[in-house]
Amino acid sequence: MANKVLMKGNEAIAEAAIIAGCRHYFGYPITPQTEIAAYMSKKMPKIGGTFLQAESEVAAINMVYGVASTGLRVMTSSSSPGISLKGEGLSYLAGADLPALVVNVQRGGPGLGGIQPSQSDYFQATKGGAHGDFHMLVIAPASVQEMAELTVKGFELADKYRMTTMILADGTLGQMMEPVSLDFDVKPMPEKPWAATGTKMQRKHNIINSLYLKPEELERTNFERFERYKTIEENEVMYEEYLMEDAEVCVTAFGIASRVAKNAIDEARKQGVKVGLIRPITLWPFPTKVFEKYADKVKGFISVELSMGQMIEDVRLAVNGKAPVTLCNRSGGMIPSPEQVLESILKVNNGGNK
Amino acid sequence: MAVLTFKTDKCKGCGLCVEVCPKNVLQIAQDKINLKGHHPVEAKNPEACIGCAFCATMCPDCIIKVER
Amino acid sequence: MVVFDKPNSLCDVPMHYCPGCTHGIVHRLVAEVIDELQIEGKTIGIAPVGCSVMAYDYFNCDMIEAAHGRAPAVATGVKRANPDNIVFTYQGDGDLASIGMAETVHSAARNENITIIFINNAIYGMTGGQMAPTSLPGQVTQTSPYGRDVNACGYPIKVCEMLSQLDGPEYLERVAVNNVKNVKNAKKAIKKAFENQVNKKGFSLVEVISSCPTNWGLTPSDALKWIDEKMIPYYPLGVYKDRSAK
Repeated sequence: MANKVLMKGNEAIAEAAIIAGCRHYFGYPITPQTEIAAYMSKKMPKIGGTFLQAESEVAAINMVYGVASTGLRVMTSSSSPGISLKGEGLSYLAGADLPALVVNVQRGGPGLGGIQPSQSDYFQATKGGAHGDFHMLVIAPASVQEMAELTVKGFELADKYRMTTMILADGTLGQMMEPVSLDFDVKPMPEKPWAATGTKMQRKHNIINSLYLKPEELERTNFERFERYKTIEENEVMYEEYLMEDAEVCVTAFGIASRVAKNAIDEARKQGVKVGLIRPITLWPFPTKVFEKYADKVKGFISVELSMGQMIEDVRLAVNGKAPVTLCNRSGGMIPSPEQVLESILKVNNGGNK
Repeated sequence: MAVLTFKTDKCKGCGLCVEVCPKNVLQIAQDKINLKGHHPVEAKNPEACIGCAFCATMCPDCIIKVER
Repeated sequence: MVVFDKPNSLCDVPMHYCPGCTHGIVHRLVAEVIDELQIEGKTIGIAPVGCSVMAYDYFNCDMIEAAHGRAPAVATGVKRANPDNIVFTYQGDGDLASIGMAETVHSAARNENITIIFINNAIYGMTGGQMAPTSLPGQVTQTSPYGRDVNACGYPIKVCEMLSQLDGPEYLERVAVNNVKNVKNAKKAIKKAFENQVNKKGFSLVEVISSCPTNWGLTPSDALKWIDEKMIPYYPLGVYKDRSAK
């Protein structure tokens, strides 16, 4: 067993990124993710890397675009209002098929909102995040260990598919301390013959671009990109099942909400209720198939969310009307209590969910 | 004696070269139309060219080669 | 003996610019400098949104298209990733002095070791001739049809003068490309701006007073005269900062 260290979730992301070979970080201060920038500002100068506090989130994501154009691993992090500002860059990264890692340690919104944890950027993250036809790989850790592991995995997937990986965390995960093992096998970075590193007068010039004035050409790039997305949907879905084998009620939740849900499930089991959990780890691609698998077997699904109900739409699409899907939520920085989730479980179990 | 060569099909007929030529060598060929649909530049009295390359210096489309 | 020909680092393709637009002259000057310094193989150009966004098809070096105004941020990323690359941006006035002002000012303040070619033609060309941050007082454009009213729209931004107040930048010069003499001076300035980067001196910006005959509603030749009569009196040519000259 590898050595474990006690770390905050935000710091675990930063250290894991360095382990994954990321030597360029650009950010702009915003609560509750500032520990990532603080960690990078300490570490990067000592390992020959770049930490740069940009003039804005917009500038930071475009600096990421610059490094990504050269093929090196690069990241930025922010929290909800800052991610909105990064939207432009996210769309350009997608259009130019550049790999990058973006962390969103979510806080409540809309507007300036608050600084307490939230999951209310689910729509923004999973449905594209900005203008145009595109997706990001969206990964939702539920522990400090996963904050680290999935960051490494996030860089690998970004490079493999030439797209942005978003780590969709929340303020609680960012701030909480847990023991972490940082013993990772990082896969070697793939060749990037497309990168803008100078022709060295040995090849035709590389062009990093998202502009296509001919509609048939733009359509072709979008079709090709969505073919790639199909491969991702087939091969990269990640989720956890907890006590689902005999479950008659299915709770679903990601990130911090899944930890609350597990507590409630354990309590319900003690009371004899057959209830389990599906925890999506990739939010895009969404683990549709596992929901299809249980749709005929359970009395109902409960989506536990720190939002007004966003993931529930994907759950409903997956379940496709075969079972009722209800919401158990808090919003604006509030977290559902295990008691609230337990109450929802008992209600669905008793058939009172309609 | 200087020699001018034009990439006629890239010429947009803007006339900046005609205007800048100190020896009145060039003109826009009103009787010709190139691939792009412009009246291109031509040398009306090439023997007067002194190879100063003012025309090429002011050409936005880099269509003029000057040899001496 | 060849006294003048297309530089190698300029692609042999037709450019999409309007007849008489001096973008082409500036492209050529940049390419000539890249050739003369023998840096084509390690140069990376960045062209953001604007008339010159398709410059990626015109330069033989590696090229990156960027979002409107963001080229200095993208250049910062590229240069930080590979400091041995020579990185230049090619930006218009709407791009550099309006939507991208923050990126411009902060890359200058950081003295990023990059080269910026700034085309000031006092108008938004690509979108069809709207008022730019550098449009002159009284200038008629599509969005200032009664002339730029400084009481309502404010005054033009003099980029070189403004940036010269910062401690960061290494070199700032304003040139024009409306006659042979000015084009030659422009070339010298552009060369210096690239040499500064090669010599690791830092942020160098050349503001090029350029013409937009189409959107100014003038013939190509009259547009060059308009530069002399209207633009240069408001935007005096010259060196605004040169740290190495001290």
